[in-house]
Amino acid sequence: MIQARIRKQYAPGPDSAGFSLDFEFQAAAGVTVLFGSSGSGKTLTLDSIAGFIRPDEGRILLDDQILFDGAARVHLPPRSRHCGYVFQNYALFPHMTLRQNLEFAAERAPSLGRHRKVTEMLEKFHLTEVAGRRPYQLSGGQKQRCSIARALIGAPRVLLLDEPARGLDAPLRAELYSVLRQVRQDFGTPILLVTHDTEECFELADEMVVLREGRAVQNGTPRKIFEQPANVDVARLLGLYNVLPVEIRSLDPGRNTSRLRYQEFELTGPYFPGRLIGDQVWIFVRPDQLSVAPRNGRTAFNQIPATLLRTVEKPERLRLEFSGDIAVEMPPGAIENVASVKEWVIEFPSRDLRVL
Amino acid sequence: MGIDWFPLWLSLRVAAISTAIALAIGLWLAWTLANRSFRGKEILDAAVTLPLVLPPTVLGYYLLVLLGRASPIGHLYEWLFGGPLVFTWQAAVVASLFHSTPLLVKSARAALESVDRSYERAARNLGATELRLFWRITLPLARRSILAAAALAFARSLGDFGVTLMIAGNIPGRTQTVSVAIYDAVEAGNGATARILVLIISAVALAILTLANRLTSNPFGPRQASL
Repeated sequence: MIQARIRKQYAPGPDSAGFSLDFEFQAAAGVTVLFGSSGSGKTLTLDSIAGFIRPDEGRILLDDQILFDGAARVHLPPRSRHCGYVFQNYALFPHMTLRQNLEFAAERAPSLGRHRKVTEMLEKFHLTEVAGRRPYQLSGGQKQRCSIARALIGAPRVLLLDEPARGLDAPLRAELYSVLRQVRQDFGTPILLVTHDTEECFELADEMVVLREGRAVQNGTPRKIFEQPANVDVARLLGLYNVLPVEIRSLDPGRNTSRLRYQEFELTGPYFPGRLIGDQVWIFVRPDQLSVAPRNGRTAFNQIPATLLRTVEKPERLRLEFSGDIAVEMPPGAIENVASVKEWVIEFPSRDLRVL
Repeated sequence: MGIDWFPLWLSLRVAAISTAIALAIGLWLAWTLANRSFRGKEILDAAVTLPLVLPPTVLGYYLLVLLGRASPIGHLYEWLFGGPLVFTWQAAVVASLFHSTPLLVKSARAALESVDRSYERAARNLGATELRLFWRITLPLARRSILAAAALAFARSLGDFGVTLMIAGNIPGRTQTVSVAIYDAVEAGNGATARILVLIISAVALAILTLANRLTSNPFGPRQASL
């Protein structure tokens, strides 16, 4: 279990804007993903935990050990922190074989079981055959597994991963995800992973923390966050579709409805408690909650006419992108000959509209 | 007429010993300059480089004052080893140290600093002490550049003239190094000896520089490319 409250200020320089990191989070067993765009402070957070940088203020606790305490002037050196770290470029020592890399990491352990432990790790991560090779002779996947094995061999109390999937092709990504799931199962080490990839959140995260400009803006399970982003910034960060600016025209708590104006169209939504008539708000609706039909004649209740801009076919779903920043998703093959029709109407289910 | 080979052997011996000492001092200084921040770091850096730009006579004068028989260091040396330091071959070692060490510090610092920081982070993260990090990671990764620097320092030591002449003197068979011997031979009109020694020294220096270039041109082969 890791508990951190970190504050770090960077003064603006001649060619850099200032930056301040100020947030608090917890990570228990399982995988916690720190999600944010580049420059949101997620790697800074990882480096503070590992001890590579010193926060200005705050406190970092790993289990019952204080790694950092600004007030008490505690700042353990990286070597005493027992944090496994998987670096973005793996940082495998190039002058050592794979086995030597693991041995270097195992030197902390009692010498009696060291050799056995290295052999065990090599087997567990399917590296026995290449144990005598140097990093430059390894494939990307082997390097990745080796760096994870090396980080775990000293039995760390938390495993930190800095954008482990960055720059990997699809098969390697899939392999990484399965290795990490295996690690979660076999080692029970809490995993803290930094990423800007939404797919990774769904693949791996038990919990996620959304970071924006050095602050935590939302945390929870990925499902919860994607269903109900805390605000429009989070929705944008997550790359969600159908985040639409509307004006509230009327509110009817009795019938649990509201009337909204989006561009030149009227929509009916649920009643939004705490909002006033005339408020400009953002509403959000999931692409799979919308339904579409080719346009013929007039639009019916809660329908908006829209022009199909492009279609994106993925194995598991079909996405239609329309004018007005609207996207609709459906199972592939739900509609025949999508591309032959240009003009459509989109139906908004009133109960699924959410205010951000 | 036989050529006296003693100056050549003496020069090689002086250069080898001075390079070994310079390597120890130079690595320590380079590591300090590369890793520590302290007050006066820039002054230390400049002071280390100073011998490269000072005239040999100035440097020689300082050393005579500092190490002469009247100085505390000279006294200490005499007490320890039973004889004065100046005008011995050991003084020639000291003389060449003042040129080989700055060369080594400069290149070794650059070499240590060129080691990717993420390896050092990784080693610390894996529980390595600073000492183990240096011996097992940083030094091996910078090995080739440091060897190249040592080769250059060796070549520089081999050719030292001014400072050596001032504090080791020109005692044939005792402190006469090859560069001093060449000067002596030319002065005495002994052209044949001068020619041969000049050719040998040039060949040795060329060989060492070629070696140094080969060491630096291909630092880690395909390993670097994979990063």
